[in-house]
Amino acid sequence: MRSATFNVRSELPRSTPAADMLFVFERMALVRYFEMGVVAAVKDKRLAFNVYLSTGQEAVAAVLSLVAKGYQIFGQHRAHDLFLAFGGPPEKLRDELLGLPSGSNEGKAGSNCIHWHDDKMDMYGHNGLIGENVPLACGAALANGRPTLCVFGDGAVEEDYLLAGLGFAATKKLPILFVCVDNDMSILTPTSVRRDWQIVDVARSFGLKAVDLSDDPWTLLAQTREFTAALPALMNVRVCRGHWHVGVGIDGPPEWDRYAMVKATLVELGHQQRVNEIEEQTRTAMEKLWQPSAKP
Amino acid sequence: MATLGETIREVSRRHLEEGGGLLLGQCVSAVGWVNGTVPDCKGIVELPMTDVAGAGFAVGAAMVGRRPIFVLRFQDFLILNCSPIVNYAAKSKELFGKASPVFLRALASENIGPVHSGVFHSMMMHFPGLRVCSPVTPGEYQQAWDSYMQHDDPMVVSEHRDTYKNTEELPDLIHPRARLTLYPISITRFAAVEAARTLESEGIPVNVVHLMWLKPFDVDARVTAPLRASGLGLVVDPGFEICGAARSIAYELQDATDCKVRAVGLMDRTKCLRPPLQNRSPDKEVIARAVRALVEGRRLDGPAQEGVRNVPG
Repeated sequence: MRSATFNVRSELPRSTPAADMLFVFERMALVRYFEMGVVAAVKDKRLAFNVYLSTGQEAVAAVLSLVAKGYQIFGQHRAHDLFLAFGGPPEKLRDELLGLPSGSNEGKAGSNCIHWHDDKMDMYGHNGLIGENVPLACGAALANGRPTLCVFGDGAVEEDYLLAGLGFAATKKLPILFVCVDNDMSILTPTSVRRDWQIVDVARSFGLKAVDLSDDPWTLLAQTREFTAALPALMNVRVCRGHWHVGVGIDGPPEWDRYAMVKATLVELGHQQRVNEIEEQTRTAMEKLWQPSAKP
Repeated sequence: MATLGETIREVSRRHLEEGGGLLLGQCVSAVGWVNGTVPDCKGIVELPMTDVAGAGFAVGAAMVGRRPIFVLRFQDFLILNCSPIVNYAAKSKELFGKASPVFLRALASENIGPVHSGVFHSMMMHFPGLRVCSPVTPGEYQQAWDSYMQHDDPMVVSEHRDTYKNTEELPDLIHPRARLTLYPISITRFAAVEAARTLESEGIPVNVVHLMWLKPFDVDARVTAPLRASGLGLVVDPGFEICGAARSIAYELQDATDCKVRAVGLMDRTKCLRPPLQNRSPDKEVIARAVRALVEGRRLDGPAQEGVRNVPG
């Protein structure tokens, strides 16, 4: 199912502090404009390696970065959004995508294996087997007891080891927030072709709190705050990603563009000036970051 | 004098009680406590029957510094459990600069049928980032553990249940007139020592150079000097011969010395339950027959034939 409005609470934009959502929008803009630079670099052949873009699903990482500060992060293969939203240095990610020694992983890993540790962020890399990060997150949370964020996609939830991980987290009551970024599509196959069950039902059967909702950031913010008060829990978030599974290709206009929707709502709420400032500052910074002369 | 099994248990106990470590596995604290090798103390995580995910839990614990011991009661289970080990733990240091030091205890067995008798250390040697050893004495196990603690790489420890009662160390046997040098691995080391006695009584003295470390495999003077002196070598492994440890090490030894080195492992057949279809580890008769063939200039049968392995005489 693809829906921009599933379980969205329409009253929340007016009761949510403006500062929170402007922060979220700023993070969303960072991911959006960074990836516009990626697309341009691929099209003019400055970037020759595979890229796994987050455009369209930025709201999820942006909200998580507001609520899950200080969590150890186990991201998926598509993690530009997590890296940037949680404060990873954009120039390091750019260089990683370009395969340069100055990249976040010295150019060894690339777009789908992003790993970063500094005083702002504790993000463990992914090695390409979708869902592998779930058992890893469980083991880490068991071993050190730290709040843990674990993000994966709707294809990964079909991996047997992911399901075993959810069961283990429920049994051991591990402090993990599981987030399924559900694009309703595994490479080219819609979810309805692959399975007739929902991950939230499976999670609940294990004893996890679970919710299924669209990527409206106001609803997502409220739900994340509620769940993180008592982990473990799982959120299945319906998103509409802009690009193909890998690369910069598109299949036509997206069914919804959450970034544009959030921007419109913020303007409607009276934040036109701040929205413009955020966009302008971010666009300028990312254009400078990706300008052809910035790197060989 | 402590047995190998007792040594494993005490090494583990110190790690769990004093070192802040963890020990994870399926049925590790059940009857027998893995042949008496698991201590009854804090730090033990009894895993659900989640092969693949279970190994992932261990790798996750390793990534955050708990130095977990991960116990696989049968090496056959490596086929499922090795995914997080080879795809993540083995790569994380090179890719991310973040090591995942798991101490993976994988137990080999003999004669208990097609799904519990596997010896699979060879396939773990294939992947970059893993260190692989097969200790069979108390002293070797302590050495393996100390090495693990001194490094931050994941380590695969190929154990064999039939060695747990051993109390003896196994020094290399060097004969001044040796006609061949044996390089046995794991449980075949005991058979190789017996075969050497038999062969010497027949007038065919051989060296026995014991191999505990499989990867990295140091081609140093300890292993090459006896080979250069004897001129012939034979590596013996309880795992499958094709693409196995014995052939790989034989190649390295031959390449380093230009001496002829051959390999004997298991036939290219399933290890069945009943004799004579068990495809057992090379025993002293198999080893002795292979040595006689080599010193007489005959070829060894390949692993697809039963020849040197099963035919009496």
